[in-house]
Amino acid sequence: MIILLGVLEEGLVYAIMALGVYITYKILDFPDLSVDGTFPMGAAFTATLILSGVNPVLTLPLSFLLGALAGCVTGLIHVKLKVRDLLSGIIVMTALYSINMRLAGGRANLPIFSKETIFTNSRLTSSLPAEMAPYTVVLILFIIVAVCKILLDLYLKTRSGYLLRAAGDNDTLVTSLAKDKGLVKILGLAIANGFAALAGCVYCQQKEVFEITVGSGTIVIGLANVIIGTQLFKNIPLIKPTTAVIIGSIIYKACVSFAISHGLNASDLNLIIATLFLIILVCSNYVNGNSGKRGKGHAQAAKH
Amino acid sequence: MLRLQNINKYYNTGTVNEMCLFQDFNLTIEDKQFVSVVGSNGSGKTSMLNIICGSIPLDSGSIFIGGSDITKMPEHKRLSRIGRVYQNPAMGTCPHMTILENMALADNKGRPFHLMPGTNRKRVDHYRELLRTLGLGLEDKLPVKVGVLSGGQRQAMALLMSTMTPIEFLILDEHTAALDPKTAEVIMELTEKIIREKQLTTIMVTHNLRYAVEYGDRLLMMHQGHTVMDKSGSEKQDLTIDQILSQFNKISIECGN
Repeated sequence: MIILLGVLEEGLVYAIMALGVYITYKILDFPDLSVDGTFPMGAAFTATLILSGVNPVLTLPLSFLLGALAGCVTGLIHVKLKVRDLLSGIIVMTALYSINMRLAGGRANLPIFSKETIFTNSRLTSSLPAEMAPYTVVLILFIIVAVCKILLDLYLKTRSGYLLRAAGDNDTLVTSLAKDKGLVKILGLAIANGFAALAGCVYCQQKEVFEITVGSGTIVIGLANVIIGTQLFKNIPLIKPTTAVIIGSIIYKACVSFAISHGLNASDLNLIIATLFLIILVCSNYVNGNSGKRGKGHAQAAKH
Repeated sequence: MLRLQNINKYYNTGTVNEMCLFQDFNLTIEDKQFVSVVGSNGSGKTSMLNIICGSIPLDSGSIFIGGSDITKMPEHKRLSRIGRVYQNPAMGTCPHMTILENMALADNKGRPFHLMPGTNRKRVDHYRELLRTLGLGLEDKLPVKVGVLSGGQRQAMALLMSTMTPIEFLILDEHTAALDPKTAEVIMELTEKIIREKQLTTIMVTHNLRYAVEYGDRLLMMHQGHTVMDKSGSEKQDLTIDQILSQFNKISIECGN
């Protein structure tokens, strides 16, 4: 039960970030590595804010905004300075490593133990019955993730959201609609990195510590979550891609926990993350490749 | 009125492959004129369209619409008064969005893309009516993704979408070239109908000489960045395919083919 709760907790935290990666990777078709920097950025910013006595709930929107700002920088580098997408992300990710240290007052780790966080908010925790206590964290996370998902779903149905989807699908059409496709991309990157920083913010409050290393591998986790979710549920129209991504995050986290509980060390984490990601990629290639071959077979059969 | 004035365009400037496409090129197109453009490959037809739309930069020269100079205007701003249909049917629609969503996108051209709902429910019947004019049965397939439609169906949608909102110019870049003869015929009739109804100033590049003769009120033949034939009015009406072909052959002989 404790393992299950742990999986749900971490899965839900990373699901917030995965919603952002879903925007860049699936909608915009932009491999955005800057989330490796914006996730710990949200954490560093939150730790500093909480230590200086800011209301923990307020750190959520503030982190989102800061992450969105970093996303804008990636977008501006790509769109205005015409740097390739992958490189723009790498530049911002690398620069953010130093900026995150500065945000945390020059320290590579910043504990916020015994400070009030969204999870120890006295008003909420005291209003729940005592037997609910072990589930408080999951409950609060679930609410945050649900709000993020619903807001994102609603956004994707607005005119602006339509334009974002069009930009990833066929950016010539965006130009034909007399809109600047560059601005649309920047907007998408801003929202995506906002989600990543928000995830970092929640992560920091849950672990009650900021560590500079939490960011490494974020993009791999995000991509894995998105690919698992969208591949598993692609033939089920009732499940929205955003829901699929959240479920994908939990499944992925379960796989990682399973590997660790079966004899691997916690220090092997990144190796596990990378290996699992590779397996997922190969599997999804195999599934897609096979159906492609079958399609060809049908075409040939029809000819004969 | 659209006016291209002293256009110069070189490709690969400063290398051994430097190629001059347009040298002191001039062209004036009157309002509501429907111009068909023919010419061999590499004669500068598509480049001319790209220059008008701002998709490629100029080396020197100016472009005017009405009286105003739009030479420095970015592509997406110019396209607010221009509709463009490409040769590739996939360029005019979003394959992963539904027919309804595509129609709604096109309907919002020229309006702000803010946080209002992307699809206005009150407009759905209007979209259905518009799709019915295509005669392809698309009006019953609103929730279908455009990616599963055939090239002809997509091109018909692209044409409809690019002319849904008030525009002044229509740019057709070999828009029937990727379609089978029957579908091409349908799309061409539809194009003519829309252009006449909305009184659009149109430039149509085509390799189909019959379309160039049958449609439009002016015909241009381009060769190596120059117009070698420019017929309008009664001259254009008396023009036959044979006359165009003989002109074509003359150009080819000059090139040594």
